[in-house]
Amino acid sequence: MVQFTLPKNSKITKGKTWPAPAGAKRTTEFRIYRWNPEDGQNPRIDTYFVDRDDCGPMVLDAIIWIKNKVDSTLTFRRSCREGVCGSCAMNIDGLNTLACTLAMDDVAAPIKVYPLPHADVVKDLVPDLTLFYEQYASIEPWLQTDSPPPEREWRQSHEDRAKLDGLYECILCACCTTSCPSYWWNADRYLGPAVLLQAYRWIVDSRDEGTGDRLDNLEDPFRLYRCHTIMNCSKTCPKGLNPAKAIAEIKKKMVERQV
Amino acid sequence: MIEPKSHVERPLSPHLQIYRLTITMVMSIVHRATGAALYAGTILFVWWLFAAGNPRRFETINAFLGSWFGRLILFGYTWALLHHLLGGVRHLIWDTGRGMEPGEREFLAWATLIGSGTLTVLVWLLALMLRG
Repeated sequence: MVQFTLPKNSKITKGKTWPAPAGAKRTTEFRIYRWNPEDGQNPRIDTYFVDRDDCGPMVLDAIIWIKNKVDSTLTFRRSCREGVCGSCAMNIDGLNTLACTLAMDDVAAPIKVYPLPHADVVKDLVPDLTLFYEQYASIEPWLQTDSPPPEREWRQSHEDRAKLDGLYECILCACCTTSCPSYWWNADRYLGPAVLLQAYRWIVDSRDEGTGDRLDNLEDPFRLYRCHTIMNCSKTCPKGLNPAKAIAEIKKKMVERQV
Repeated sequence: MIEPKSHVERPLSPHLQIYRLTITMVMSIVHRATGAALYAGTILFVWWLFAAGNPRRFETINAFLGSWFGRLILFGYTWALLHHLLGGVRHLIWDTGRGMEPGEREFLAWATLIGSGTLTVLVWLLALMLRG
């Protein structure tokens, strides 16, 4: 359903401004979305000042610094801190990206941080990605074959292997899917860019023999065709991948098998 | 099965309110808006065609469309038509999987906007010149 405004319980209120650290010479201002499931209040924006001489260069460094030094209740996901796990995906300065690979100096201050857009908030910067993972499972992201397994590995030519470049690197951080207005309005029926890029990763894999079934599963006015080439996905992908193009390639395969 | 103890009503994280506008996003919105505007334009066009059967009514509608307000509507209709046309061409190119790389897609989006503006002005200059 298209609803441009936020529901009543989601309207953002003014939050607390935490004092700048005493004696800090260089600070960067952060405005961070907060919501606590236990206090019955609406979400709010808290303001923090990060001491740049006491903190690493990345946005994730700053958020961890705030949690350690200012406000231990600030809640977010993070793990690898080097752009391979996808945990710290959030909306920073209006675009979805990984907090760990974005330098503070590359963003205009005050740095605004929100959870991934149009998602149910579990707490603060933690979105509920249950539906996202269910949709991923629905495309059956594993090798499907009918032929008897070879004695050793399933072999692939260099050319066929190259077709997976730009697809296998996806870490399922959900930045692209939650940047997509089509997904905002139709998440219940549209699979979204990340899952469709993953679907294409199996469709185009020369070793996979489930291509027909995979395309059948996507042949639907919503699951695939809600992509209206808005291109926010490809613009925002922190790994530099191109989900919009992968979706276009699936649409082409649909046409090819009909003619 | 263990039932969750309480159901907290979770807020929806902000989306349109906070997402930075990108040119491809704006052109997608404008494509839809001009598409909707074309319905109104088509009704206007059909009205004009019907009026052509009756000299008096034809004169009335021509007087209206010739006024500054009528011309403003026609100018907007011309732009909506040309913008939607170029947007359609852009979508056709994207449907072939071309023009989707970084830079290319922004170029196509800007080309739609600048192209439709330029063509609209050209059409009107031509029309005004022919009218004398």
